[in-house]
Formats: sequence, structure tokens, C-alpha cells
Amino acid sequence: MLTATERQAIDHEISLVPYKKASVIEALKIVQQHRGWISDESVEAIADYLEISPAEVDSVATFYNLIFRKPVGRHVILLCDSISCYVMGYRSLQKALEDKLHIRMGETSNDQRFTLLPNVCLGCCDHAPALMIDKDLYSDVEPTMLDDILKKYT
Amino acid sequence: MERPLTRNIHPDRPPLNLKEYEMTGGYAAVRKVCGGGMSPAALQKLVQDSNLKGRGGAGFNTGIKWSLIPMGDQAPHPKYLIANADEMEPGTFKDRVLLEGNPHQLIEGMILAAYAIQAEVAYVFLRWAYHKAADLIRKSIQEAYDAGYLGKDILGSGFHLDMHLHTGVGRYMCGEETALLNALEGKRATPRAKPPFPQISGLFGKPTIVNNVETLCCVPHIVNNGADWFKGLSYSEDGGTKLYGVSGKVKRPGAWELPMGVTMRELIEEHAGGMKNGVQLKGVLPGGASTDFLTTQHLDIKMDYKSVAAAGSRLGTGTMIVMDSETCPVGFVHNLQHFFAQESCGWCTPCREGLPWVEKILLSLEKGDGTPEDLELLNMHTQFLGPGNTFCALAPGAMEPLQSALKYFRDDFEKHIEHKKCPYD
Amino acid sequence: MPTIYIDNKPFDVKTGKNLLEACLSLGIDLPYFCWHPAMGSVGACRQCAIKVFKDEEDTRGRLVMSCMEGVKDGMRISVNDETAKAFRSQVIEWLMTNHPHDCPVCDEGGCCHLQDMTVMSGHNYRHYHFKKRTYPNQYLGPLINHEMNRCIQCYRCVRFYHDYAGGKDLNVFAAHNHVYFGREKDGVLESPFSGNLAEVCPTGVFTDKTLKEHYTRKWDLTNAPSVCQHCSLGCNTIAGERYGQLRNIVNRYNHEVNGYFLCDKGRFGYEFVNSENRITQPLIRNQPIEATEHDTVLQYMRALVTGHNLIGIGSPRASLESNYALLELVGKENFYQGVPDDLVYVEQKIVDILQSGTVHTPSLKEIEQADAVLVLGEDIWNTAPIMALAVRQSVMKTAATHTTEQLPIPTWHDAAIKELVQEDKGFLANITMLPSPLDEISSSSMKAAPDDMARLGFAIAHILNPSLPEVRNAGEELLSYAATISKALQAAKHPVIITGTSCWNNALIRAAFDIAAALDMNEKKAGLAFVMQDCNSMGLAMTRASSFDRAVAAIQRTTNVTAIILENDLYRSIPAAKADTFFNKCKHIVVLDTLHNRTTEKAHVLIPAATFAEADGTFVNNEARAQRSSQVFMPANSEIRESFKWLADIKSLVTTASNGHGKHMDDLLHALEARLPQFAGVSRVAPPHDFRIHGARIPRESHRYSGRTAMLANLTVSEPKPLQDDDSSLSYTMEGYRGLPPSPLIPFFWAPGWNSGQSVTKYQEEAGGALKGGDPGIRLFEQTTAPPVFSKDIPDAFTPRAGKWMLLPQYHIFGSGELSVYTKGIASLSAEPYVSLSRRDAEQSQLKNGDTVAVKTDGKTYTLPLSINESLPDGIILVPAGLTGMEALSWGAWVNLSTVIV
Repeated sequence: MLTATERQAIDHEISLVPYKKASVIEALKIVQQHRGWISDESVEAIADYLEISPAEVDSVATFYNLIFRKPVGRHVILLCDSISCYVMGYRSLQKALEDKLHIRMGETSNDQRFTLLPNVCLGCCDHAPALMIDKDLYSDVEPTMLDDILKKYT
Repeated sequence: MERPLTRNIHPDRPPLNLKEYEMTGGYAAVRKVCGGGMSPAALQKLVQDSNLKGRGGAGFNTGIKWSLIPMGDQAPHPKYLIANADEMEPGTFKDRVLLEGNPHQLIEGMILAAYAIQAEVAYVFLRWAYHKAADLIRKSIQEAYDAGYLGKDILGSGFHLDMHLHTGVGRYMCGEETALLNALEGKRATPRAKPPFPQISGLFGKPTIVNNVETLCCVPHIVNNGADWFKGLSYSEDGGTKLYGVSGKVKRPGAWELPMGVTMRELIEEHAGGMKNGVQLKGVLPGGASTDFLTTQHLDIKMDYKSVAAAGSRLGTGTMIVMDSETCPVGFVHNLQHFFAQESCGWCTPCREGLPWVEKILLSLEKGDGTPEDLELLNMHTQFLGPGNTFCALAPGAMEPLQSALKYFRDDFEKHIEHKKCPYD
Repeated sequence: MPTIYIDNKPFDVKTGKNLLEACLSLGIDLPYFCWHPAMGSVGACRQCAIKVFKDEEDTRGRLVMSCMEGVKDGMRISVNDETAKAFRSQVIEWLMTNHPHDCPVCDEGGCCHLQDMTVMSGHNYRHYHFKKRTYPNQYLGPLINHEMNRCIQCYRCVRFYHDYAGGKDLNVFAAHNHVYFGREKDGVLESPFSGNLAEVCPTGVFTDKTLKEHYTRKWDLTNAPSVCQHCSLGCNTIAGERYGQLRNIVNRYNHEVNGYFLCDKGRFGYEFVNSENRITQPLIRNQPIEATEHDTVLQYMRALVTGHNLIGIGSPRASLESNYALLELVGKENFYQGVPDDLVYVEQKIVDILQSGTVHTPSLKEIEQADAVLVLGEDIWNTAPIMALAVRQSVMKTAATHTTEQLPIPTWHDAAIKELVQEDKGFLANITMLPSPLDEISSSSMKAAPDDMARLGFAIAHILNPSLPEVRNAGEELLSYAATISKALQAAKHPVIITGTSCWNNALIRAAFDIAAALDMNEKKAGLAFVMQDCNSMGLAMTRASSFDRAVAAIQRTTNVTAIILENDLYRSIPAAKADTFFNKCKHIVVLDTLHNRTTEKAHVLIPAATFAEADGTFVNNEARAQRSSQVFMPANSEIRESFKWLADIKSLVTTASNGHGKHMDDLLHALEARLPQFAGVSRVAPPHDFRIHGARIPRESHRYSGRTAMLANLTVSEPKPLQDDDSSLSYTMEGYRGLPPSPLIPFFWAPGWNSGQSVTKYQEEAGGALKGGDPGIRLFEQTTAPPVFSKDIPDAFTPRAGKWMLLPQYHIFGSGELSVYTKGIASLSAEPYVSLSRRDAEQSQLKNGDTVAVKTDGKTYTLPLSINESLPDGIILVPAGLTGMEALSWGAWVNLSTVIV
């Protein structure tokens, strides 16, 4: 079931498009914003609300990188692995993060605090390497800066 | 030297709000056009004459693109105008400067473009990562509505325009204009067949123009100052200034608005401050990840569409990625191919199956498991994943850095095979 | 007609086609995957690449996908260009990088489009040496098997299931080289068209699970052209046998009828042929089996038919030949339809209309091409599924035509058309008692009681032709529906009206006719299609024999009756009390049938009849198209024979005079034509039994058939003589004529290099067009210029009665069929018995879902669980028709209800 807040936000998106199902991506974003990820139940709730099938919703949901169909931690670290960050050494950041959080790329820490995901270009190539935690962008990151960055997120 | 697009952008100051933007001459172009100063046809002609070319990478004359939209009472409606702010080409960060630096400039450009094609609805399709830009655009759209630049009967002209912000959910494909349309329709962002072109059958099957952010930002200035002025900004036959960028191991990576056609040398050596100490320039992707390598021999070419093409690459987005002497070209290209393979939408065979194969070959070369046959296979892919063979331009774009790397850095590939390891490790 | 140059040779090709269609139509082998003749082009697989040259001077050319380029006069292309060939081969290599190469254990092996295209492209050496990606498979229900690793991502499955057939629960997931085709989670595929996945899938991802249960290599099957037995549409099928067991049913292309697709009931409902419940030998009540040796039975029968008054009960599921043989045996005046009076009354009206020729009755193909459809009172989703699929195509194609009239987009360009059309739909009014999946593509979908639906029809007819009577006391809602629908029909060029017998309502038939005839008078080319109940309902109705109720009346006046019941479980169609009355008056009861049932229990003499797979026979479908179904295999048990053969043998015992029907069914059909002229043409439905091509028969087995010398070696080492088919020109061997057989006699589709069903293109005039030599079947009625006779009486509005409910049947695609439920998978999908009431009625009776309700009718009380139906009109009680174990009820009767306290 969708919450009243979610429904209200989705209704607004529906009002902008010629037919309900065109707002499915927006609906997924809205629900993910509230719940952190998109569970099977969320897929069904969205499908029900937009009068399409769960398969149709999931077909779209699974296409996009940033719709999470598995639970994520309280904070999502998106580490840019694209070319400028590659040249500027994202791999040392990756190793440092994996060591600190005791997880590999794609995993969530045991305390559910962080999920570490690789990410395509963050558009911050002039200040590479870069990473994003939730909505916060960090640029010119060096491994030594990670402790200070991570401690902001509980 | 005039910098119309970035004149009012200062990294250490917040962007102009609507009042401030108006104070600096903002929305004058909208007032001029909507005040009866210019018909849609005249505006199309003006932009065509200015020789403004699409800044998203394809470099097609913007005015001509607009002229393919059906006009008049019989035209289907609503028509749509979309600002492509998806900027997901690795190594590209120029539109971000404009989005975060002066959102009203984009909105004004969009109103003008929408007017030129008589669109009733406009979207900003913004890449998900630009959270700051999203907030600014949302706020600025509201300001524009409040000031009567958006909504019904804009400035009494009888022209209506609604504008919405759509933020993506992460797919490089969304930057391809027809895939972007599918994403806006709430579908999987697979590309569409062309023809029919979006001008005829676009968003929700209606006539649609998709323009890059930088392209749209040029429009107010062309309206205010004329086509000749715009052409005069350039060092080359392509009109206007260009936002160039440099990333990689240079002293001062960044983005700058410069006359179209500055040389690559000027960009790297002057604006980016030259290579960092201890490393040399080995190669350059001049316009993003999907452009062919250029090397030191090309430093003096002009960074305009024609000159870069003549040198065997593409101007693309004009934001270059510098590969230095410490970076392994095989690893570099592997990183690119990993990106392209991941971002293939999975629709057509050559791209979906070919790119992961290329990626695996490059990885095995990096690990020292490569064979001479692998180079033939890479070569085969560069030929067969060419334009027209695949459904859209993603795979052909992916092949550009690969084919040029095989040409310019073949030694490096061969050394990986010969020594059974990466010589840069 | 444009001329194009293919590898420098000129060819005339048809305007409006793409290059792939043009090449295939010319017989050129060009590999493809994602293109499908019924679904058009999307340009995904890149397999059909060719070169296009600017002009004669151009030597380099440009690689294009032939499915995405239209033909243009003077165009120069090359299929054999080295680059194009290398690219096509490379596409296969890419597709094969992850394919498991498990052909030896794959059900599709040897009849696989992927194998064929691989060979055709010339790819034979694998350069990819990395690990293959693998996928988990899904449970998709009892009918379709899923093996995702074999997938080559051609997107055909989702394009068929979701786009073409409107299924919701199968889609494509994820992206890049992880794309996955299946359901959101494991579960039974919901679409009743899911079986077509096995045919549209070019490899072995989706396969026939029923075949898997008794698997045979498809080239080892003995095949024959068949006609589906499970509804009145007469879809053409190919049935395959090995070791005396029917193994599978696949689609037999008929451009005018079913095209490329079958419904799941038709595809999978064949297992009754193999059932343990088959009647395998003649039996005489209270006599030992020894007494039932063939000749003894015939002698016994001679005694029963001589000196007795004969009554013959025909069957809507038996062939024309068998019904006619019975009619001949008992005499025309003693031959009755084994169908209740109310239904015969409705069916006679349909036959009258068709015979008058006033309006045109469309084929399924013509329904697909209609530009507005009104379904009046027939739940076609359940009673005629492939017609529902055709209606869906009409709705989609009409919407496409709206847009392609404005923009020059070719009709084959599926992707572009879908983007342009978006959610636009052609006109469909689906007027039924209950909601149907068709409603979601309907512009208008009123739900009402049968008489009210008929009233809507008359109101529409009145608007179209104001000289027709007005509907008295019509409410505003009805008039507004009538106005909308009549306007849409009026705006169309080829409107089609569909109705049928499942509401057992004569007024619906009359109303539908009035609309179609009124449209015709307004210069429309209107079509009027009827849905009947069984595969030969039309053939039986066309005999114009009396109903079963008349037989019951007749038997009251007669004594010493021997009744012969032909392939008809009367307890499924006649209320038990009435059937019992009949049987109680019979002195002798002879039953010919295939499966034991309640009627066969009554038999004094039980005679084993052949099923469609073991028989030749002619069936008349809903458009009065007579079609031949051929024997697939001879039962090892020689006592199992076509009913008409048993009946002819019995007849020959009692009469010495030559009766015109000698040894062959050809003679029987000629006699039928002479006796009942309305059947003129049936003898030409298929070539006669002695038809030969260059002296050769048409083999039922492909030349790839294996094991002939070995398969029976456990019984005897010497190879048995091939069976001799005296009834048709098909042979029971691999030898014979290798070219294209006449279309009614195509036992399987195969062409060199094309081992899968995709070889059908080689049998067509053009890709996706009619079969060479014309599509099979002969329509028995011609349209005439006879003036229409409109109805005068319009029923009153349906009014619920206090304490009484009108009892009506609800048909279920899975469950309502007598024979199809012998397939385990179909039985498992069958509805459970229930009664339905409207919410208001249930609440007024203080009933809730699941309560046990007693329905009193026909002197009996039936207790069933209640299922409240939100859309059902008040005053009606619905009971599922024909579920196993459920008796026939008096449909249309007013019945009492009571609650049962458990």
C-alpha cells in the first residue's frame, strides 16, 4: 500500500502526463525516496495505483541503475568509476572504502549503515576522483579524507 | 573576449535569482519575442543564420532542426521542447556549469526555443546526480511562472508554455534523444528507430525538439545581439562560443567559455595549466568518452566541429579527457568499454553482446592473458560496431576510442601480450 | 509494381513491403530473428543485414537492416555482398556467445530457428572464450517451460505476449547483456495465448510442457493437418503422433482463419486422445468381452436396427461425415440434433441469416482488418479466444491506420507505429454480461442482461435506420451507449458485429443482424460474425434437424426404439431429468463415442469412436467454412474407427441397395451434397482420396523421420509394412511427393534450411500472405443481394423478479470444454464450480462470498459456493457451464435460491 504522502506526490506527477502509466518512473522515485528501496510489495502497490501490472513496473524499475530493487543501507555511497576518476585514481578510494567498511562493491555493511555502489560519471570530472553519499557530492577525494567524510553519516 | 554564457557565472557566488537576472539583461529576449518583435519563423531563421550547432555532440544546425517541426493550426499538439540536461558522457561536466551557474539563462533559452516551434510543454531532463541544479531549476521555474514568463498567455502574447523538471534515474542511454523520450514516457530508455524523427513523432507521439543545455543557453544572446554577432564570437565557421573542459592529470582541470575554435594546445597548456609535474601528455579524447583519441601531433588543431573531424575525431561535447604517460592505454580503454557495456540498453545484438566481449578481451589483456588473436577480435568489433550496424550511436561511439587506441597505442597492446602483463603496473 | 535489383538481378516486388519481406517472398534465404510477419519490424536483432547501393556506380554500398527499409523502385541491394554476409555471421557469433549449445537436450533441437539461421549465416567457429552468463529459470505454469539461458534476446516473446496479445505478466527486465524475459516472479502465465511463445521464440526458451511430458523429436512425428476441436472457430492445426500417442499440436497457418496463432485450449487440449478413459473396444451390456468381437457386434447391431424404430442423436462435435452417416442410417426424419431446443432455436436463426446471404460473415482475418467492432452479448475471450485476439488486432491496427494516414510510416514499422499511436485505440464496443479482458481496449463496454444487450442492439439499429422500430422505454444510459456506438460504426468503412449463442438469446442474434444489415444499407461493408459452441455446431445446425427436445417428444409417441447416440454426452448439454426421460423410453441405446461419460454409461451397445486425430472428417466453422481434418495416426486397436465407418457398416448390414456412400468418405460427402444441398461444396474441401501428385502420395512423415526400422524391433525384428491409408492421399511413410502439397493437405511445414515452423513462409504467396494455391476451407454460403428482413419484436427490458433469478451460463476458456480438461495442465487452470450473484442480490439475501447456496432447477437442488460478482446485473444467477462433474442446467430459466447452513 502506498502512503497518503506517496499517493499525493504520485497524483501530481500523473496530472502532468497524458496517461497514468507514463508516471511510473516518477512513482518509483517517490516511493524509493520514502522507503530507501523498491520492494516487491512496492512494485505491486505502484502497479495497482497506476493500473498496470507488476511486470510492467518491474520492467522499468530494473532497467535503471538508481532504482534499488534490493534493500540498501541507511546511506548509499556512489563511487564514480568512470574515466576521469579512473585516471585520477578512484581504485585507491574503492580499496580504502572496501577495507574500512568491510564490504565489496555492491554490498551493504553489516550495521546497515552504508551500501557501496559503483557509479557512472558524476559530472565532476574536473575534481576527480569523486563520490556521492546520499545527495552530498565529494570531489578531489583522497583516501585519507574518507574517515572525516564517513563519520558524518550515522 | 566575450563570454555571454558564463558572464554572470561566478564559482564563489550564488546564481542570479530572477530579479538579478533581469537586471543583467535577462528575459529581454523573451520580452522582445513575445512582445511581437519576432515571429516563430523569424526566430527559427535567425538561429539558423547564426550557425548555432548542437552542443550535445552531434553538431547539427539548431535552426534547421527546429524548421523540421510541423507548424500552423493543423500541426499536432501539444508540441514539446526538451532541454537535454542528462550530461552523462564520462568526462563531461560543462552543462553543470550552466545549470548550477545560471538556471534562468537556460529557462529563457527554452522559452525562446519553445516559442520558435510553438511548443506548449517544455521539460528539463536533468541527470540524477545534479541535485544542486535540480533545486535551482525548480526554484527558477517557479520564479519564471510568478513573473509571467511561463504559463498561460506569456506577456500577453497568446503563447502558452508549461515547464517541468524531470530528473533521471541513471542511464547513459537517456542522453540519446529518442531514448530520453522513452524515459520521459515512463518506459525503458531504449532508443527509437529514426525515421520518424522526434520532430515528427516525439514525446507521446507528438512533434518534439530535444536540445542540449548549452545550445539553448546560446539562444537568448542570439536574439539580443543578432546572428552576425554570434558568428563573430567564433574563431571558426561554427557560430558562438563553446564551453570547453579539460580533465585528467593537468594542473588546473576545469571548464571555460572560449571562442569556438581555440586550439587544443591553448586549452591544455594555458587554461588547464599544462600537465602535472612528472607526467607527459600521451593522448586526448577531445569531446568525451565516445570520441577518437588525438595525440600530441594534433595539439594545434582548432577545437571546432570540422577541424576535429578532419583530424579523425569528433568535437563531441568539447570536454576533453587527457591521458597521461603514466596511465595504461589498455586499462584506460577497458574502463571506457566497461562503462559502455554496462550502459548498453540491451536492445540490439551487436551492442549488447559485442561490448561485453570487447570489455572482457581488454581485461584479459590487462591481466596478461591476451593473445594476438584478441587484437584481431578487437579490430573486428571496431569495424562491425560502426554506425548503421547498431540500432543507435552508443556502440559506434564506444568504438571510437578503441579504434584510435589500437591505432596510436598499438605498441602498448602488443606489450601486454608479449610480456603477459600490464607494463604500467 | 516496383522493380528492385538484388545482386544485380531485377525482381518485381510489392509496394509497401520492407526488403526482408520482399526477399523472403522471392524465396531468397535471408536470416532474421526479431521480425515476425504478424508483428512487423523493430530492428533489434540486426540479423537481416544487407547492402544497399546508391546507384549502379556505387560499389561500396551501405549496410542496412532489410527489415527496416522499404522497397523503392529501382533500388539496388545485395544479399550476397561479402561484408553483409560477414556481418550476419558475426551477429550469430555474438548471439551464440552465451547460448548454452545444449541442442541435444533442447526440445527445439532440429526444428530450431536459431539453428537454421546459424547454418544459414555460415558461422561455425567460436572465438569467444570467456565464461557464459547464466540465468535462473522460472516456473511459468503447467503449459510452458522456461529455459532462459538459451535466450538470444530477440524480444519476440514480449512483443507477442504483451504487445500483440495484451498479456500483462510477461516482460523484459534489467538491461545490457543481462536482459531477462519472463515474469516478475515465478507463476502461471495468465494469458490464454501463452502457448504461442513456443512458436514465436526462435529457440528453446519457451517450449511446450505437454510435449515435454512425452517428448519426441519433432522430426520423428507423424503429422497431419487437423482442425481444432475446442470451439467453433476451426483454427487449423498440425497434430503429431509417435508410438500411438498424440504428442503435440502446433499452429497450421491459414491466412483467413487463425493466421500464426492458437489459443492455449486449442494447442494443449489434445491429451484426451491419449486418455486412460478412452473407449477402446465395443461392449454389449451384460455380455462377456468375447461376444464383442467385431463381427458379432455388427450382427448384434443388425438385430437392434432392424425391426425397431430408430432415433439418431447427432453431435455438434462429431464430423459432418459421421452426423450424415447417422442421418442416413436412421432416416432424415428420425435424425435429431443432440442439442437442446433453446439453443437450436438460436442456431437456426444464425443459419437462416447466413443462408439468406444478406450480410457478409467475415473470416478472422477480416475481423482483424475491421475498423470498428461491436461485440454484442458474446464473451468471446472465453468462447472464441482467437477471435478475441483478432478483435484486439483490429483495435490496434485501426489506431495505427489513423496515424499512418497522416504520416508516411509503413505498416510493417511496428516500433515507429507504436511510438506514434501511443495509447490511441480503434473502436471496440464490448457489450457482455460480465467484464472481460477485452474491456481494457474497448471504447465502450456496457454490462447488461442478455435482453438488455439485445435492446441496445435494436436501439443502435434504429439510429442507423430510423425506419426500424424504436426500443420502447429505453433508459438514457442505453440510448447514450447506442448513440456512441452507432456513430462509431457509421464512421467506419468495414465495421464488424460479433454475436453468438452463449447467452442462449435469439433476440441478440436478430439485433446483431439488424445492425449489420442497416449498416450495409448505409453503404458500409459490414460484417456479421457468429460464435457457436462446438467445433461442428454450424455443420450440425445446417442439417436443420430437430432439437433433442423434439426427440424426447417423439419418443413419447413411439415404442420399441433403438436410439443411436453419436459422440455426444447429452448430460453435458441437456438437463439430467430430460435426458433420463429420453433414455428411459429407449428399448436399446447404442452409443458411439471416444471417452467414457454419463451418456456412455447408459449404452446397451458401446462402440469405440475415433478421435479427430484418428479420423478423417469435415467440420464447419462459425463462418460456415467447411474444413478437412485428416487422420494423424491409425489406432493400433483396429476397433477404434471413425463413427461414420461404423455407421456405414451397420447400414450395409440392413440394406442391400446401393445407397451412394460406398467405401470412401468422398462418396459420403457427395451423397450429403445431393441430399442436403446447403452443403454443396463440402466434397471439394480437400482433394479426393485417390489424389496423387506425379503418382505419389503426400507423406505424413518428414524425410528426417528416424527409427522406422527400429522402433518396433522389440516386437518383431522385421520392419512392418507401412500402414495403408485408403481414405486420403496422405501416406504413412516418409516417402512420397516432396514439393508443396495442396494447402488442405499440408501435414507439416518444412523447407530446405528451414526446419522450424518459420518455414511456413515458403508455403505462402508472399511473406505473411495466403498459402500458395489458396487457403484451405470452402465457405458454404455466398453473400447475395437478398433484401434484409428486419425484426419487429424487441424484448422488454430485463426486470429482476422477487425471489427468482434468471439462470445463465458462464463459459471459461479453461474448464468449460468437455475434452480439453483431459490435459492435466488445463484441468489445473480450470475454474472450480460456483454460483455468482450481483452484490445487491447477495446482500439482499444476506449472503457473502463463500456461502453455500442451493440452486433449485430442473427438479433438482445444486449446492455451490457463492462468488459475488460486482459487475453482474441484478436478477441474474450465473453458473459456470460445462465444468467437469457439473450437469447441464436449463439456461434462461427462472430459479429459486436458498442458503445452506453448513
